[in-house]
Amino acid sequence: MTGRQIMTADEIRRATIRISHEIVEKQAGTAGLALVGIQRRGVPLAHRIAEAIAEHEGVTLPVGALDITFYRDDLSLVAQQPLVKGTDLPFDLNGATVVLVDDVLYTGRTIRAAMDALVDFGRPQAIRLAVLIDRGHRELPIRADHVGKNVPTSREEIVRVHLAETDGDDSVDIERVVGAVAEPVAR
Amino acid sequence: MSLAVPDGTGIDLQAGVPPAAAAAPARWSHRHLLDLDVVSWPEIELVMQTTDAMREVLARPIAKVPALRGTGVTILFYEASTRTRVSFEVAAKNLSADVVNIAASSSSVTKGESLVDTIRTVEALGADMIVMRHATSGAPYLAAEHFGGSILNGGDGWHAHPSQALLDLYTIREHLPGGPDLHGRKVVILGDILHSRVARSNIWSLTAAGADLWLCGPSTLLRGFDRWAPAMAGVPGHGRFTVTSDVNAAVRDADVIMALRIQRERMSGGLLPSLREYAARFGLTLDRLALARPEALVMHPGPMNEGVEIAPEVAVHPRSVITDQVTNGVAVRMALLYLLAGAAGRAREATGG
Repeated sequence: MTGRQIMTADEIRRATIRISHEIVEKQAGTAGLALVGIQRRGVPLAHRIAEAIAEHEGVTLPVGALDITFYRDDLSLVAQQPLVKGTDLPFDLNGATVVLVDDVLYTGRTIRAAMDALVDFGRPQAIRLAVLIDRGHRELPIRADHVGKNVPTSREEIVRVHLAETDGDDSVDIERVVGAVAEPVAR
Repeated sequence: MSLAVPDGTGIDLQAGVPPAAAAAPARWSHRHLLDLDVVSWPEIELVMQTTDAMREVLARPIAKVPALRGTGVTILFYEASTRTRVSFEVAAKNLSADVVNIAASSSSVTKGESLVDTIRTVEALGADMIVMRHATSGAPYLAAEHFGGSILNGGDGWHAHPSQALLDLYTIREHLPGGPDLHGRKVVILGDILHSRVARSNIWSLTAAGADLWLCGPSTLLRGFDRWAPAMAGVPGHGRFTVTSDVNAAVRDADVIMALRIQRERMSGGLLPSLREYAARFGLTLDRLALARPEALVMHPGPMNEGVEIAPEVAVHPRSVITDQVTNGVAVRMALLYLLAGAAGRAREATGG
């Protein structure tokens, strides 16, 4: 594998702060807003965005965590059965504007599953999407409202997001898979 | 591994543990669940962990997820059952599987259809998984040879009841004061061991968990176990267990006491002088419970003969977790159905079927 860095820790921090401003701007305030991180790296990102909003708006938004394992459409296709990491939505979704937060937007299937999962918990007024990286190659009609960085990639590449909370440091790298590391996409 | 694997979803699959704690993630590799003798301790822990997630699902306003959508689950019971059958059915429905119930008493079995024929018929009708109970030990093993999907043993004869043993383990770990680690904790299974598939499956999981396991009952209902106990020393990952007919020695300082049903329908040949004598000598009474540790758990796989193997006041004692066993049964069975469906799907992919 050969890797190159596409975002530094500072760039991740600035992108997170910009997204936090965009979210509030789009909502024209913070009323009714809630952040929901998708397991696993969406969760620390959601908390970072919430902290940034608390800093510049003085309002602490509710933050939840969503595990979409049971909503995946490819249970049989994954070589390693995904470990279930838990869902925790400690607030009422009904009528809220929920901003889903994830690290990488790729095919869109994760987000499709996340929206299915969310509506099982209630009826949000609106669902929006914030991602750190949009790497293209959508397979579903899904688009992010807030993007940290658009990164053109090929399907042979892997985008690695590292966050201090989960990986010890902040950075985003892109790697080209050499050989048959990646599983064939079976659809 | 902490990368967004291009598996068509962009979800990172193996980032469940921080890098520092990254042990080799357990993986469920069995297409069938027939007994726990072939299930490793990391796999048992994976079931426990998946059960935690299922409990969270059960606590939701809509306790249903689409994980097994389109999967046909047939529940084929050749023996009477309430809790096992219903909890498997509820578990499968909570995962959005399509559930078919067959009671042997109202099926073509009464016209002389063989087990293998029935299995083939059920497969032809679209079953991906069969949850099966049979009065003959080993019947699910025969079924597994003739079925392209997964067999879950819901109890076969005297032999095995793996989902019960796993829900027992989950319930012990949840309620045991001092944490879920069973190493060195004294667990007593008391009663009709001879006819008990629950005891036999529990032996595998509890010795794998490191418990100080005791089997106690009249010597007529312990036949053969005295030879099994030392043999366990040769099984990697399992500890020995103790076999005794001395109730007081078994119960003294116990952390968990699991009473088993006296299976009247299987009693013949003078195994027991009388139920009254059994109750007097081996029944779990308040007096005997007082010998155990003050925070000891009382368990029973049900259905209970109150006043025989367990006194009514012990069954409803504050330390009784008998109803928790039933509640946890649904979550454990959801975890098993989910893990088996994943393993079966991967097997199909691998063979291109």
